[in-house]
Amino acid sequence: MDRTYDEKLADFEARVGRGEKIEPGDWMPEEYRKNLIRMMSQHAHSEIVGQLPEGKWIPYAPGFRRKLTLVAKVQDEAGHGQLLYRAAETLGKSREDMMEELLSGKAKYANVFNYPTPTWADVGVIGWLVDTAAVINQTMLAQSSYGPYARAMKRICYEESFHIKQGYDIIAALARGTPEQRKMAQDSIDRWWYPTLMMSGPPDSLSVHSQQALKWRIKTKSNEQVRQEFVDHIVPQIRALGFEVADKDCSYDKTSGHYRYTQPDWEELKRVINGDGPCNKERLDARRKTHEDGRWVREALAVKGRKSAEAA
Amino acid sequence: MGIELPAGVTAEALSEFLLALADDELVLGHRDSEWTAYAPILEEDIAFSNIAQDELGHSLVWFSLCEKLTGKNPDEMAFQRPWEDFRCCRFVAYPKGDFAYTVVRQFLFDVAEQVRLIAISSSSFGPLREISQRIIREENYHVMHSQGLIERLGDATEESRRRMQSAVDVAFPQSLGIFEHLKAEEELVDAGFFPGNDALKSAWLAQVVPVLRKATLTVPVHDHKNTFAADGQSDDGGRQGKHTVHLQALVADLQSVYKLVPNAKW
Repeated sequence: MDRTYDEKLADFEARVGRGEKIEPGDWMPEEYRKNLIRMMSQHAHSEIVGQLPEGKWIPYAPGFRRKLTLVAKVQDEAGHGQLLYRAAETLGKSREDMMEELLSGKAKYANVFNYPTPTWADVGVIGWLVDTAAVINQTMLAQSSYGPYARAMKRICYEESFHIKQGYDIIAALARGTPEQRKMAQDSIDRWWYPTLMMSGPPDSLSVHSQQALKWRIKTKSNEQVRQEFVDHIVPQIRALGFEVADKDCSYDKTSGHYRYTQPDWEELKRVINGDGPCNKERLDARRKTHEDGRWVREALAVKGRKSAEAA
Repeated sequence: MGIELPAGVTAEALSEFLLALADDELVLGHRDSEWTAYAPILEEDIAFSNIAQDELGHSLVWFSLCEKLTGKNPDEMAFQRPWEDFRCCRFVAYPKGDFAYTVVRQFLFDVAEQVRLIAISSSSFGPLREISQRIIREENYHVMHSQGLIERLGDATEESRRRMQSAVDVAFPQSLGIFEHLKAEEELVDAGFFPGNDALKSAWLAQVVPVLRKATLTVPVHDHKNTFAADGQSDDGGRQGKHTVHLQALVADLQSVYKLVPNAKW
């Protein structure tokens, strides 16, 4: 006899509760599938949109070592995008469909990439601050209840740890450099501070998706916990290099063992997510143009693939 | 520092030869990296980023050998030298164009590079032998990649054929400039450093023409002895430092941050 929805749900939740992984063929509530597709495709989009702000600096990277590592880094982002699109495809949505949703503006990507990268120091700060915040979030997601997502995250976190070193190394070189170079780094740290804090998402009380994602262990920590972890980790590093944190009220609280910090402007997050950020248009236009310019190549490869299949 | 040269070959001759190799790889590697984040599919984004790293890496290797002659390190050579002193062929400096142009240029260059490396892997000069034997494996992968794209895009759709043919029309005459003679050509051939650019060009034509023709593309060549001879004018000048504005712009980009703050380390 067929089991009722409630029985299946109870069984599913018990598995999640025991820490078991849910795999592609397993029964799952429709809301779980939808929430995962939303998170994973958003994550994949973030990787390929995230190539743009740093990729901009590839032609100008100073010196062989910087140029080689920057190309390798931005290439990794493409690789992560590919991996995540494939993981999301296990839930029944194609890469093409996901891409269309990105280009039409329906799907979102990490808000932080809607901010500009006017100087070379921004390449360092993205690798160091933004990728640190990303790794803290992704290390948590590596515990996710959905198997393909958790496994993709493990591999991505491993590579991201190199990105953080690459970014830190750029900023450390500027810290040892001339007054102009130090100023370039400080300005960049200031500009990226609040956008980076916003990355872990709004406080959980304001987040619609967060509660459900926590319940089904798609994620295992609240936005606020992830943000606090980031602040505690990064503030001593910034100060150790002789730089300042943009938040003048940021201080260590002995009682709690955590750094206190000023919340970012959540209205700004809303505005930027909804399309009104400094670079939203530039980023989407760049992806759309790339997609259009490459259409003939994708069509040709598809036709050639069919011809070879018929010939075989 | 210091390198032992056989009798009859001057340091100027060898550094002219090495600069041509190093600058070709540097400039094409730079062009390839312009596809990072902008390729038609993620798989090609990854492939071209990889090739860019390989080419830049090869250039680094040649500059490191050059350093033993000139005393200038690879960063000084690539990031501080005036663009007029570059010795790359003009071909590698042209803008990346559409993906068809990039694929055709990459194929023509990859095979030229492969032919050149095979030739110098039996050079009379030890350091050339060692390095070419080390990097030829990567170049073989590059040829597999670009040749595969030629075969797949050449006659797939009407548009792909049209684009690939116009790319060949533009890129082929330009690519002949890879084989422009060096000032020290005779000196280096006599000493057995390499077989000379004419020999390399023949070996190259014998390999690229059949691949392009098989992909239904027309190539401006005629049969000549056991290989082909190219019709039309070769786009020379690069090896003498007579470059186009495209190299000037590329080098300005390449060096912009490096030169931003005098004497800074990055």
